[in-house]
Amino acid sequence: MAATLQPEGVSRTTNGGDDGESPARWKYLNTLLGRAGAYSDPTEFIPGDAPIMNIKNARILVIGAGGLGCEILKNLALSGFRNLDVIDMDTIDVSNLNRQFLFREKDVGQPKASVAAEFVMKRCPGCKVTPYVGKIQDKDEDYYMQFNIVICGLDSIEARRWINATLVGMVDEENPESLKPLIDGGTEGFKGQSRVVLPTLTSCLECQLDMHAPRAAVPLCTLATIPRQPQHCIEWAHILKWEEERKDDVLDTDDPEHITWLYQKALSRAREFNIPGVTYSLTQGVVKNIIPAIASTNAIVAASCCNEAFKIATSSAPYLGYPGTNNYMLYTGDSGIYTYTFEHQKKSDCPVCGNRPKAITLDPESTLGEFVESLAERPESQLKKPNLRTAGKSLYYSTPASLEESTRPNLKRKLEDLLEDGEVIAISDPAFQIDFQYIAHFS
Amino acid sequence: MLKIWSMKQAQQKEETAQGPAKKKKVTAAQLRVQKDLSELALPQTMKTTFPNPDDILNFILTLTPDEGLYKSGLFTFSFAITQNFPHEPPKVKCQQKIYHPNIDLEGNVCLNILREDWKPVLNLNAVIVGLQFLFLEPNASDPLNKDAAKDLQEDRDRFRRNVKTSMGGGNVRGETFDRVMK
Repeated sequence: MAATLQPEGVSRTTNGGDDGESPARWKYLNTLLGRAGAYSDPTEFIPGDAPIMNIKNARILVIGAGGLGCEILKNLALSGFRNLDVIDMDTIDVSNLNRQFLFREKDVGQPKASVAAEFVMKRCPGCKVTPYVGKIQDKDEDYYMQFNIVICGLDSIEARRWINATLVGMVDEENPESLKPLIDGGTEGFKGQSRVVLPTLTSCLECQLDMHAPRAAVPLCTLATIPRQPQHCIEWAHILKWEEERKDDVLDTDDPEHITWLYQKALSRAREFNIPGVTYSLTQGVVKNIIPAIASTNAIVAASCCNEAFKIATSSAPYLGYPGTNNYMLYTGDSGIYTYTFEHQKKSDCPVCGNRPKAITLDPESTLGEFVESLAERPESQLKKPNLRTAGKSLYYSTPASLEESTRPNLKRKLEDLLEDGEVIAISDPAFQIDFQYIAHFS
Repeated sequence: MLKIWSMKQAQQKEETAQGPAKKKKVTAAQLRVQKDLSELALPQTMKTTFPNPDDILNFILTLTPDEGLYKSGLFTFSFAITQNFPHEPPKVKCQQKIYHPNIDLEGNVCLNILREDWKPVLNLNAVIVGLQFLFLEPNASDPLNKDAAKDLQEDRDRFRRNVKTSMGGGNVRGETFDRVMK
């Protein structure tokens, strides 16, 4: 967007009645969307009202209201998006305040999602931000179906995999609206990435699982015998000493007493080996695996995510993630500055998007054994030694032997006693690289 | 907003007819463990037990070496797998107090692929083979039990005797070990 330098506060509206509609406010946005750009696709982008209305009407879900989330919410609101939702389960910690600029000292202890929502709404009249304080797993597909685009600013791989699998699972051939572009930002120190997934069309986050850097780990025996660094002493206290001396206490990394205990143990070990540098805050950092967050890395990655959201919503320029083109931008700021944008290929044997669940009609009165037999006859499967389960239940496992024994009685049971109508059955077989999934519908 | 849908429809239409599932789905971690279990090739000397057969993310591996210094012992390892699998390795612990250079008295195991060398392409079979290998070739250069490693390095016969004593539930260097004879 065209940049104008204005002294802080000039554009801030304080006259209460502004609903964000003043023409001057969106002058540059309207100019940008009011004419074709050098790279806009003339068959897709019709300058004028249509893209402007798309920005106004699009409903965007932001997952995470931390370092990236604050930047993303701010960027979206200032780009003219007016319907935002934000999910975060965390509360504000004093250590967040240096970069999570939607929060103030008085907010410490309050939920991030609601404080962030309130701040953005106050600062950007006309923009509605709906917070949800809790886990993404609390919400079902009907909830996620409401949005046009989902943007993640998360620090957890588990949460990313969950939302990815959910969005891939939601794609319904009959309903174009069910395909939700997923934009994922991530940062670690001076490094980061932004990527776009068009569920089922392009490589998904599960296809890209091995792109996550593994957590650097030191061999246990180094910790146990020849520590060389203060971190080794802390990890020794954390992994070995705690188990040995406080087995019955569950380690809570937010409990100062627990951290102090680890710190003292690490300190005495460091003295023994003449290693300087063990401090309370280093202990906290190592135990909680804290990688110092760099505000500007967050800003760069969030900016990239929001640019993509803007382009997807308006079609004003080619966006990251268009099938057959680049979908992954990595950014490295710790050795000079380097970015590389490429196409991560879809994996044909991806457990999430490789083989999407097929509908299957089953007689609730028939037995699991009959179903397993029918699998051997289905042309696409012809399974030899299948393992079958639902989310909560091991239905039948051919291997290993002990599971075979405990699940064998299920073969004689009726399907209605083992599954619910609409449940997914996942099937693996050593003869196939890929899993099969069926959505069971009772006839 | 998006031209994507027309591309979707141009794609080979999938067999899915009745829309997506609304119920709780099998997680990617569960799928991967199920796949790994279907590919497990356990020799006679190993078996798995699942305390809760519906929960495949937690199980016990029983190892009964038929050669090497730990022959005729019976060792069990707990496997705890999180929803982060295979990004994170399984957590594996020996459930007996044993005398072994690479396993400490708390049951922690020093095996590279369980920690610093874990990669998502590795599977449960690789971990299990790794554990078996530790009993066939205890390794003095990655010590977790320093005394045992020292014994192995300095005097293989003494080490052998100590293994025997410890497996019988005896006392080695002031530590009493669990009896693990089959």
